[in-house]
Amino acid sequence: MKYAYYPGCSLHSTAREFDKSFRAVCKILGVELVEIENWVCCGAAGAHGVSKLLATALPMTSLALLAEMGMDEVIVPCAECFNKLKTAQHSVKADKKLRRDVVKAIHKDCNEEAKVIHPLTIFAEEPLISKIPTLVKRDLSGLKVVSYYGCLLTRPPKITQFDIAENPVSMDKVLKAIGITSLDWSHKTICCGGSFALSKPDLAVNLSHKIIEDAKAVGADAIAAACPMCHANLDTRQCDMEKAFGTHPQMPILYITQLMGYSFGLSPEELLLDKHLTDAESILKKVTKPGEAALSVANEVK
Amino acid sequence: MTEPIQIDEKGARLSDAVAAAGGIDVSHCYQCGKCSTGCPLAHEMDLKPTQLMHAIQLGLKDVVYNSKTMWLCASCHTCSAHCPQDVDIAEVMDTVKIMMMREKKTPKVPEVLKLSKCFVQNLKWFGRMYEMGLVGMLKLRTGKFTQDMEMGMKMLKKGKFNLLPRFTGARAVRKIIKRVRKLEMS
Repeated sequence: MKYAYYPGCSLHSTAREFDKSFRAVCKILGVELVEIENWVCCGAAGAHGVSKLLATALPMTSLALLAEMGMDEVIVPCAECFNKLKTAQHSVKADKKLRRDVVKAIHKDCNEEAKVIHPLTIFAEEPLISKIPTLVKRDLSGLKVVSYYGCLLTRPPKITQFDIAENPVSMDKVLKAIGITSLDWSHKTICCGGSFALSKPDLAVNLSHKIIEDAKAVGADAIAAACPMCHANLDTRQCDMEKAFGTHPQMPILYITQLMGYSFGLSPEELLLDKHLTDAESILKKVTKPGEAALSVANEVK
Repeated sequence: MTEPIQIDEKGARLSDAVAAAGGIDVSHCYQCGKCSTGCPLAHEMDLKPTQLMHAIQLGLKDVVYNSKTMWLCASCHTCSAHCPQDVDIAEVMDTVKIMMMREKKTPKVPEVLKLSKCFVQNLKWFGRMYEMGLVGMLKLRTGKFTQDMEMGMKMLKKGKFNLLPRFTGARAVRKIIKRVRKLEMS
């Protein structure tokens, strides 16, 4: 399996651990990644409120580079980038004038047919979903995790076409495949307020707090995430939650690829587990069963 | 007593202007209210998303432009996903913001527009997001120098930020932004 790779700005900075763990997991799974050279920012949360043309032109610039590579499938782990690339493709298909303007702005043709894929989609489908349990080296069956999908992967459903918008299950499938207990909860796709993280942090703290509270209510040890905005909000804002609501939630937030990598036997350093502001390492160490136990997971699935 | 709503010819064209600027026809909204029940920030808004749609339908431009609602939209698209009439409400929120910006109107929640402007400026300079630069620019524009300092220092210590920008693709992005501005003016 070979895909072009669009990391996006966050995975090169604040979400470095997502990039590193994703690459490591892909290597183990036999998924080859070729990073698009000279990709540019997708416009993220900033461009769409200022100019639709700009918000469409930026993703199209990177997708044009994909076409120049002679590839037509790009894998995008950042939910924000995934959403913006998909939205741009949808916009130029729906609006001919916009398409013409984008071509004029980027001096390249629009690549609206390229397949923009989120890694969860390929992880949760054959052949990888059957392969994953065979690679498990650490028994994490004592760990209870909720899958947090957020907005950007699931909505608008007609554009993202990701999983089941109201009740996505792909991350839960992956968690189960690595032997982790995935819990059902009501905040899978509720907004964390990511777009207000810098401009109106009080709103983001309030919304993120609700999500963490629900995860606690169902008895989760940690939250699995697949979006750098969600991760940043849920992880780094826990001190602010303490100030606003009295108690520090102490809820570890991990990227799904970090959990996968850890179950595959990678070290905390290889997964940059120490990058989080809320400690996420101790819980993994605490629940990991020592010795041969790990092999039983693989055997059980077989 | 109920006050009569003044609808003049100019105002009645507001929904047309929204459709022209963003491609979404607000007239399809039949006021079921599903957008507002699902909105995670409805409690912060002065007009619920349903009411904002109604105000656009009625052409009440002042009511729309003086509302906080679109500036407090998190673009989570829950409203658009729930709408039985397939009105992309979140897109309408963006459209109104863009229209206000073009007409140089002052937003009720200025921080949001300031962030968007800093964001685009950041891309123009660096091509890819340079977080330290963005935060610095935003602090200069809003004057909120101490906000999030503690968290920022912790993130810095964890090595979450790139200390220096990289300028990859900066030239290409600068040219694109320039051409976009030109195309939008014409």
